[in-house]
Amino acid sequence: MRADSMTRRLVYWASVAAGLVFAIVPLPGWVDTARPDLALLAIIYWILTSPRIAGLGYAWLAGLILDALRGLVLGQHAFAFLVVAFLAHKLQLRIRMFPLLHQAGAVALLLGLYHFIIFWTDGLTGHGYTGWDRWLPILSGALIWPLIVAAGDTMSRRSR
Amino acid sequence: MVELSHDFRPIIGRGPPLGAAFITLAILSIGLMVADHRYGQLERVRTWLATAVFPVQAVVDIPFRAWDWMGQSLADRESLRAENLELTARLRMANLQLQRFAALEDENRRLRDMRENSAGIADRVVVSSILNVDLDPYRHRVLLDKGAADEVFKGQAILDAEGIVGQVFRVNPHTAEAILISDAEHAIPVQSNRSGVRTIAVGTGDPDKLSLPFVTVEADLRAGDLLLSTGMGGVFPPGYPVAEVTKVERAATATFAKVEARPTAHLDRAREVLLVWFRPPVPDAPTAPAAAESPPATTEPGQ
Repeated sequence: MRADSMTRRLVYWASVAAGLVFAIVPLPGWVDTARPDLALLAIIYWILTSPRIAGLGYAWLAGLILDALRGLVLGQHAFAFLVVAFLAHKLQLRIRMFPLLHQAGAVALLLGLYHFIIFWTDGLTGHGYTGWDRWLPILSGALIWPLIVAAGDTMSRRSR
Repeated sequence: MVELSHDFRPIIGRGPPLGAAFITLAILSIGLMVADHRYGQLERVRTWLATAVFPVQAVVDIPFRAWDWMGQSLADRESLRAENLELTARLRMANLQLQRFAALEDENRRLRDMRENSAGIADRVVVSSILNVDLDPYRHRVLLDKGAADEVFKGQAILDAEGIVGQVFRVNPHTAEAILISDAEHAIPVQSNRSGVRTIAVGTGDPDKLSLPFVTVEADLRAGDLLLSTGMGGVFPPGYPVAEVTKVERAATATFAKVEARPTAHLDRAREVLLVWFRPPVPDAPTAPAAAESPPATTEPGQ
């Protein structure tokens, strides 16, 4: 049991780290603007499936690492990740019960909150970008959510 | 006994209570944001974090570099020959121009010496690669593979073979973050090569477009004019090409003309750029802006 939770923890950390790397991989034009926030999606997935492993601390740390990688105001992504992780924890029992499409909608709401916080802090610090395409990652994130659930479930079934 | 929270119910699958952790971390991150943005207190933390994440950025860069390397080592003879021919032709042209340039530079230096002002000429140049790392889709920022260890300093000018690219805005131990002249938050003082009109070129967020918002309707500027850096402000070396004017629109009722220019440097394609150390021009008028970020390496010009 203990060793099992340790491997799950490692898989959790590794998947979020992979999401963070994906956040800075150069992508061509329009894919770049609609780049899904894989790190945050991984965090949400793990909070929904195993809330005892995925706490707030690592979500916050992942956000801080993203701040360091992207190099804008320190603490911005950390705060946004923290708020989303907290809400996902609070709503976890409910969201888990939703059918997949309904769940994708809930995830889109969480992503919307995340992007709103980023947009808001960007505006406060004078980096505001107001183009409509900055909200595209919400759509792409919601669309990719079923894939993430499928991948995660396959993986956890195999490890069981 | 009063219970403040209902989260202690032992339902299977529910995580631990999180209120305290949430509030602590939230206050911590807001504190970080304020300290970083408002007071700029976190240089040391930032340096430390940048060093910690540098391996990640390097790892992301590796596949792209390996692909380039493969392309170069597996290129067939024909394309190499074609490239060689083209480079030879360009070198011949460049040498031809250099012959004239050498004489001109001597003359220029003599003239400047007479005015005791030989500043503004690039003293030292270091080639740096742009790491294949995407910093932010909405901003034109790039990550260079040279940092404080290579004496890179904040406010240093970056050029490529065709013109001015941007400037360094944050120096980490092994990397440096640079802002391109096309970033919407960047502005550079320029001068028309033909008429000598001085103005400011502001980035638009489009790598192929700069905007010149402060050109009056009467100003002598037309499409095709080459804009050179003036060296005012002490950040950029004077006399390097910045952009070419593409469009001038004069409305009879407006005070300012609508002017657009295209950067001469390949901002979106450049993979290698030049970091320049130069002596900033001595301001001969008291109104000239102080060179606040004057390079520390200017006292001993290398090479």
